[in-house]
Amino acid sequence: MAKAWTRDGLRATALLSPAYLWLTAAVFLPLSAMLYYSLLSDVPFGDAEWRITLDNYRAFFETGTYAALLWKSIRLGLTVTVVCILIGFPCAYVLAKTIRGRSREALFLLIILPFWSNSLVRIFSWAIVLRGNGVLELAVNAVLPFDIRLNLMFTQTAVVIGLVHSYLPYVILTTYLALQAIDDTLIDAARSMGAGKLTILRRLILPLSLPGLLAGAVLVFVPVVGAFMEPRILGGRFGTYYGTVIEDQFVAVFNWPLGAALSFILLAVVLLILALSSPILRRAPA
Amino acid sequence: MSGKWLARAGKVWLVLILIFLYAPIVIMGAMSFNASPFYQLPFEFSLNWYAALSENDAIRTAAIRSVGIALATMVIATALGTAASLAFFRYEFRGKFILQTLLFPPIAIPWLITGTAMLIFFFGIGLGRGTPSVLVGHVALALPYVIVVVSARLATFDRTLEEAARSLGAGAWTVTRRVTLPWIMPGVVAGALFAFAVSFDQFVVSYFLSEPGDATLPVLIYTSIRKGFTPEINAVSTIIIIISMAVMLVAARFSNFGGDR
Repeated sequence: MAKAWTRDGLRATALLSPAYLWLTAAVFLPLSAMLYYSLLSDVPFGDAEWRITLDNYRAFFETGTYAALLWKSIRLGLTVTVVCILIGFPCAYVLAKTIRGRSREALFLLIILPFWSNSLVRIFSWAIVLRGNGVLELAVNAVLPFDIRLNLMFTQTAVVIGLVHSYLPYVILTTYLALQAIDDTLIDAARSMGAGKLTILRRLILPLSLPGLLAGAVLVFVPVVGAFMEPRILGGRFGTYYGTVIEDQFVAVFNWPLGAALSFILLAVVLLILALSSPILRRAPA
Repeated sequence: MSGKWLARAGKVWLVLILIFLYAPIVIMGAMSFNASPFYQLPFEFSLNWYAALSENDAIRTAAIRSVGIALATMVIATALGTAASLAFFRYEFRGKFILQTLLFPPIAIPWLITGTAMLIFFFGIGLGRGTPSVLVGHVALALPYVIVVVSARLATFDRTLEEAARSLGAGAWTVTRRVTLPWIMPGVVAGALFAFAVSFDQFVVSYFLSEPGDATLPVLIYTSIRKGFTPEINAVSTIIIIISMAVMLVAARFSNFGGDR
């Protein structure tokens, strides 16, 4: 018995170790290295003098600039999440409860497909649409009887539109799966007992789909807080967020220790959100 | 009566969402066939930008590099991921739950954090920036997806088949090759396509890990956009989005999401 266990143990180890060694070398060790870096006073290359310090974290808490930007990114995350839920929930509901059969599968696939395509290219496509004298302005002016100037490019609105476009499929996916799991007979039962549409929505559908909705919210919020490419391309002058400041530390200013500290603070925020939502996420389907 | 009205409004809403999702992509594609370099309308059909593309060496090398990295990522991540999925399926051991939970950080942590952490670490160990670093990073990002997709397929596999084969004298390797692998093949193919897509579409991690001289296609596009863009970028973007959507459509056919097989 003991021998059989050992042999199984060996086989399991042989099958698992390549994948997990790779993940360790490429994700877990780098994250630990980043924590170490965030405690350095300078990059430890060449003749640079460096020592262990908490200065980088002190910079975050004392200057206020970084904290303000983090707050700005968190607000952006909340805005994008709320917009995604407001426009995604009705869509998921229609998909799960009104449309049947093959057309439902096809529509579902159509909604998920852009999500799995190139995010950078999709953000770029919005730059073409939103720029002044662009397609959106021409289309709006063709419909309206009077001319208006409509240049959304390089505004915060553009950033929100681009991010909603990027992450909307997440909310629709998780909400759809949760709604699909609700037994239709439950809704019929409520209706036959005289419950109105709003009551059914408020007392039955919303509570039952809440885990899926929240799972989607977390999946949208977390990457948006760390977004930097979308604000850079669509936000222009108004596109300075916490993520773009971290990007700058690594590719422009070359203050890696400060960048590492800022990244680590972001990681702490993300982990906190994931930890708080993990009981809900675990209950969600998919 | 109002029920019918609501259902119709719902369908209209769904159509509006689809327009929102696809219109910018279609417009970007259309503009790649427009003669004006300043995206001016009226539309005048032209293949100039695609012709310019075929002569642009920087874009061509970046495209070849991107496809090469995506193929390598696909092979490595599929092999390692399928092996790990088999271990999770077959064996019960201590720490299994922890190992499975560890698959989520690479997916859930924003790529900005993962990418900068990789940059720091790869520099620290002397690997530096460049194609090898990008490949190491991409495989790590693709692995969890492969494991999730293959495990989903394995969940539909009848365990007694393996036991039957083994009781008939087949060794562990024969069982895997002749019984288990054929059954989970659709899952493995889907996982492989996911891995290809994760790598081919990956921007953030490649951005931090690639050297200025050997950028992948998305990194090259990003730097071009920031310098001021031309419809040439539309042309290459249109090609990219068609490839990645095609890959995902095939993947969707092989995995069971979006349809019952």
